Amino acid sequence: MLLTRGRFSCKSLFLGHERSLTQLKFNREGDLLFSCSKDHVINVWFTHNGERLGTYDGHNGTVWTIDVDSSSRFLVSGSADNTLRLWDVQSGKCLYRWEFPTAVKRVAWSEDDDQVVCITEQRMGYQCAVRIFNINREGDGTDQSKEPLSMFNPIGSKATLCSFAHTPDLILMGHESGKVALFDAKTGDEVLNNERAHMDVVTDLQLSPDHSYFITSSKDKTARLHETKTLTVLKTYTTETPLNSAAIARGKPYVLLGGGQDAMSVTTTSLRQGKFETRFWHKIFEEEVGRVKGHFGPVNTIAVSPNGDCYASGGEDGFVRVHHFDESYFRAKPYGDLEIED
Amino acid sequence: MAPNGVNGVHPEDDEEIDYTDIENKYKVKYEEGFDNILVVDGVPIIDEGKRAKLLDKIAKEFGRKGAPIKPVDISVPWNDSTGKSKGFVFVEFKNANDAAFAQSAMDGHPFDAKHTFRVNRFTDIERYADMDETYVEPEPEEYKPKEHLRSWLGDLQGRDQYATYRGDEVEIHWHGKPSQCEVAFNRNNWTDLYISWSPLGTFIATLHRQGVQLWGGASWGKQQRSAHPMVKLIDFSPCENYLVTWSNDPIVVPEGAQQGPQFFSPEDEGHNIAVWDAKTGNLLRTFPTTYPEGEDVKKQLQWPALKWSPDDKYVARVTPGQQISVYELPSMGLQGKKSIKIEGVVDFEWCPQGDKDRDEAEAEANGKSTKKPRENMLAYWTPEVANQPARVTLMNFPSRTLLRQKNLFNVTECKLHWQNQGDFLCVKVDRHTKTKKSIFCNLEIFRVREKDFPVEVVELKDAVTDFSWEPRGDRFALISSSDPNLANPAPGITVKTDVSFYQLVRGKGDFKLLRTLPARTSNTVRWSPRGRHVVLATIGSSSKSELEFWDLDFNADDTGRREGPSKEEWGSVIQHLGTADHYGVTDVEWDPSGRYLATSASAWRHTLENGYAVWDFRGQELEKHILDRFKQFLWRPRPRTLLTKEQQRQIRRNLKEYSRQFDEEDAAEESNISAELIALRKRLVDEWNAWRKRVKTEFAEDRKLRGKNADPEADKQSEEKEEIELWIDEVIEQIEEEVVE
Repeated sequence: MLLTRGRFSCKSLFLGHERSLTQLKFNREGDLLFSCSKDHVINVWFTHNGERLGTYDGHNGTVWTIDVDSSSRFLVSGSADNTLRLWDVQSGKCLYRWEFPTAVKRVAWSEDDDQVVCITEQRMGYQCAVRIFNINREGDGTDQSKEPLSMFNPIGSKATLCSFAHTPDLILMGHESGKVALFDAKTGDEVLNNERAHMDVVTDLQLSPDHSYFITSSKDKTARLHETKTLTVLKTYTTETPLNSAAIARGKPYVLLGGGQDAMSVTTTSLRQGKFETRFWHKIFEEEVGRVKGHFGPVNTIAVSPNGDCYASGGEDGFVRVHHFDESYFRAKPYGDLEIED
Repeated sequence: MAPNGVNGVHPEDDEEIDYTDIENKYKVKYEEGFDNILVVDGVPIIDEGKRAKLLDKIAKEFGRKGAPIKPVDISVPWNDSTGKSKGFVFVEFKNANDAAFAQSAMDGHPFDAKHTFRVNRFTDIERYADMDETYVEPEPEEYKPKEHLRSWLGDLQGRDQYATYRGDEVEIHWHGKPSQCEVAFNRNNWTDLYISWSPLGTFIATLHRQGVQLWGGASWGKQQRSAHPMVKLIDFSPCENYLVTWSNDPIVVPEGAQQGPQFFSPEDEGHNIAVWDAKTGNLLRTFPTTYPEGEDVKKQLQWPALKWSPDDKYVARVTPGQQISVYELPSMGLQGKKSIKIEGVVDFEWCPQGDKDRDEAEAEANGKSTKKPRENMLAYWTPEVANQPARVTLMNFPSRTLLRQKNLFNVTECKLHWQNQGDFLCVKVDRHTKTKKSIFCNLEIFRVREKDFPVEVVELKDAVTDFSWEPRGDRFALISSSDPNLANPAPGITVKTDVSFYQLVRGKGDFKLLRTLPARTSNTVRWSPRGRHVVLATIGSSSKSELEFWDLDFNADDTGRREGPSKEEWGSVIQHLGTADHYGVTDVEWDPSGRYLATSASAWRHTLENGYAVWDFRGQELEKHILDRFKQFLWRPRPRTLLTKEQQRQIRRNLKEYSRQFDEEDAAEESNISAELIALRKRLVDEWNAWRKRVKTEFAEDRKLRGKNADPEADKQSEEKEEIELWIDEVIEQIEEEVVE
């Protein structure tokens, strides 16, 4: 099990944020890494050397979430300043902004890059709301419709995570109660749910490349792999620390889990107690295969490059660490010659 | 209840109903009604005239024994035909307790030369009268074979056991090769305080409010118990024949408490220490606690308060400043009817029995040998008083002959350390300088096996915080420190220490420094029970928790008995094997075979990362479990080997032969496990792959319906795939050569 421990990577350290990271995203080619943080700034980096390419300035609050389209042309971001913004990736210009009564917690592009789904927080008497916007890709992108294509208030406990499911007419949601559910994008009806997917807040939700399954992480110290269509739990990864993020590795049958003690109690626990490592688990066998150390605080977000050659983790400590897998990671076959479908 | 008639039962029917069962059930029992009445037999037969005088006399007699009665309480039955009394009287008391007391006080009381009182309870008379006179043979109790108490030694895989106590749960584990580790037994709420093994591993003791319970055998049945309420500390004798218990609460024997050889009697009241026979559970004797004398000395209990001779024949306790009292087993009588009076005695230790001594003692007991085995020996010390120097004395027992005395000066404190075979005695003497400002240390080492008990002195400049002999060896390790923080430890400060090893130079007879490891933080030395390997640990510190594994015979051949190292390689055989770290470690313990080391972080000390770890002797981690509320880890001790010296040598000689056998077993097992595991993994992968295939085709169809390319990636991949070829010329070296024609 420890065959690969400590041999994962050589790393580069990105220091461009002054506060804790909230989300990381690679573009489709994996050469650019987008990061957002509580310091109101969105950064874009060259993955291979950690050079900062530019920033997207404009938000007046914690940027909770970002997503980049598959052609790396548009970037959307959601922030605690109650706006959803559309950016030009290349120029860094803000093309359009939508304003809402509460903060935007999660955004996601549809597969065809023609729609964006976002979720706003339940706060100050406003219910949490899911909105889907059509994105006009013609012209320079500044001509967008103010009104959403559809909007609904998901029932049940507070929802914090959303994404397009395997088809564009279903939205996959993660809730604070631990529920995972599928909602109809047009009517807002709950199509399917798994109330007991987790015992505590669902903290991250990332889909497989073909959207056929997805991984969730939770404060209940577990991460789970679900089938998108049926929401059945396929695999469970039980750790000893609350998890903030989970990602599915590409090309290798691993999942990456990150977390650690709550930010509040960090000052009172020693580094070794905090369990701030990124853990690698075998996707199929549900065994831990290794850990990568580095952060001084909890890992808030993990993203895996679509190429599968590196991954990035963003921590409460304000650092982004990009780890490039070394040769031995690809060569190692710790479990023999079993052929595993991606 | 339903009114009359409703159930069809009329009042007049009552006559027909047989009520005897109910009457019997609710009959007033005599015991409850007449418990306060006694029948006194053996009273003189008198005439009417003497009645008042007799009653006065009886009342007086009762009163004298502490059971006051009045003449009116006595009723005298008369024989009307003769006009005389019947020779017995009834006495009525206020309550049953008074009556019971009077019965015990007056039964058998001589009233006058001819008459002796026989006192019985009134209710008993009734019962005796009704007694069935025919003899019924008691059913012989069925013989229940007892479980073998050492069955764990017969384990086919030769595994050791350990006990863990976590939360409310006690678990007994098997420990062997990784695949053979398993839980052998577990029970919730097995103990109220803690658990303890007996020194040879036969019993496990659990402590409860009511007392100590011993458990043993393969199914962990109850073996014996000692009813010592609120027991806090226990101690077994070395051969585990006896058990000593201590409770802070003095013994109280309430009225009506159970009586018998296993229970306290009124003489034991007020005592704290009890000695029990572990096999029968009988109470042997109780003692009060003795505390060291002096007002400035904090009242601190010395435990074990009773020290056992290694053969379980004697047990001794010290009355500080006065005497050592030695009691003989099993009678627990004072040996020789008197204690050993020693003015000022502070502490003493019995000399342990070596393997050879034990063999000799056994041979003598069986009548096979005429050679007298070594007598028991004890060492004690007395501090400086006035003009008298401090003194360490070796004494034979039971002959009480003084063997050797050594005078010491400027002594603050002495500690007696016997080597476990009884070959050497080290007296660690903390000495002060004339000004009494600084403390340094001398080691006075007695070579007990040699003639006249020669003493060797090792002088050290620093204070020694820990000392320990190598088991079965002629080496010792000590931890010394010159750190000024040593005297006043503050939280968060780690004291710097030096660890030194010394070895006996054979022939010369003095101890020489092997090597000093400077600037450590270690505060604990743990020798492997078989010697040779030693672990230095930093325990009880919040910032340091290092474990260092050392081998003191690194070059030695495993099979041969080691000889003292030759001059040129003095100290070079000490080899560092590994360093490990167990955060927050509080306890370090070797397993009885000396192959594994267990470290634990107990919730009794702190609550950070409680749990335990098992290491091999090189410091490789084998197991680690972080368990909250983890309290105790204890290896199960093993009894002495039954193999003779010759058999052991045989095994050592044929080690290669045996190890091949074990290697084969290991290999077979390994392939077995891996086969199982591989099959499981194969199954998991097959399931996954089947599911993936199904989902992929479903999705492809789905997408076709929506008019998309079946493969989402293919959509875009086909559009743009540029290949950039980059040619890089790099000039590595330019060499100019002149060719001379």
